[in-house]
Amino acid sequence: MTPQTLENPISAATFDRAIWTPLLELSAREVFEIMLYTRLPLFGASAEKHVGEFTALVGLAGSLCGVISIRCTEQAARVMASKMLGISPEEVDNDGFDALGEIANMIAGNFKAKLSGVGNHCMLSVPTIIVGSDYTTRSLTGENTIEVVLDFDDKPLWVTLELHD
Amino acid sequence: MSQIRTLIVDDSSVMRKIVERSLRQAGLDISSVIEAGNGADALGLLDTHQVDLILSDINMPVMDGLEFVRQLQTVDKLRGVPVVMITTEGSESNVVQALSLGAKGYIRKPFTPDQVKEHVLPVLGL
Repeated sequence: MTPQTLENPISAATFDRAIWTPLLELSAREVFEIMLYTRLPLFGASAEKHVGEFTALVGLAGSLCGVISIRCTEQAARVMASKMLGISPEEVDNDGFDALGEIANMIAGNFKAKLSGVGNHCMLSVPTIIVGSDYTTRSLTGENTIEVVLDFDDKPLWVTLELHD
Repeated sequence: MSQIRTLIVDDSSVMRKIVERSLRQAGLDISSVIEAGNGADALGLLDTHQVDLILSDINMPVMDGLEFVRQLQTVDKLRGVPVVMITTEGSESNVVQALSLGAKGYIRKPFTPDQVKEHVLPVLGL
């Protein structure tokens, strides 16, 4: 795999789905293995598009512009927060769900670090959490989107990278 | 040092809890932990609390971690308190700047308790 470099700046124009998809997947897996001691296989069954009830978004700005998001069910978000905080899933309160934002932030940071030359030239936004599934997003560009569906605790976890021009 | 009094500075309360949990999981003898959501609040706490170790995020509202470290160096009684920055992957320029301002080390997110220990013990001289 040829690393992207500053001489070959990262942009939507150099977006390469074949290279970036496994990097996004690996970025998520590493965060879950290190912070939650959990392996994330690919989700085997077909995941209903709109069963995600919690979404965490992190914006990318600079040499890479776009959004990285993770989306999951409430139960999955509860288990993630409980594993990060060392409490039972039932003890997770509204503040506890912010853990999902921290996970998204770490995945975004991990992903940009894997693209050589991007790290110092791409800023991450503060994570935003959306609760509920009755929403749609519209992008200025629809082509440069990668989505992987991973299996967290037998539930789907969508990890999405959407790049803007 | 038998017991470590620690200040954790991060705008995310969840992240502060995760850092504290990691310190304890790492087996460090943490006697007390105080928390602040930004550098300015942390400086306020340090007026009335003595600590042996500071763990600080970099990107925070009001006063970020870089300015916090810079201001610590201007206060005689705080200059010697070791600061370890906690940073997201891929922020090398921020890390370099923090170290040049006086931070003693850094931990990259995501991190394991062992990694926390590995970075914290040397700055405490342990």
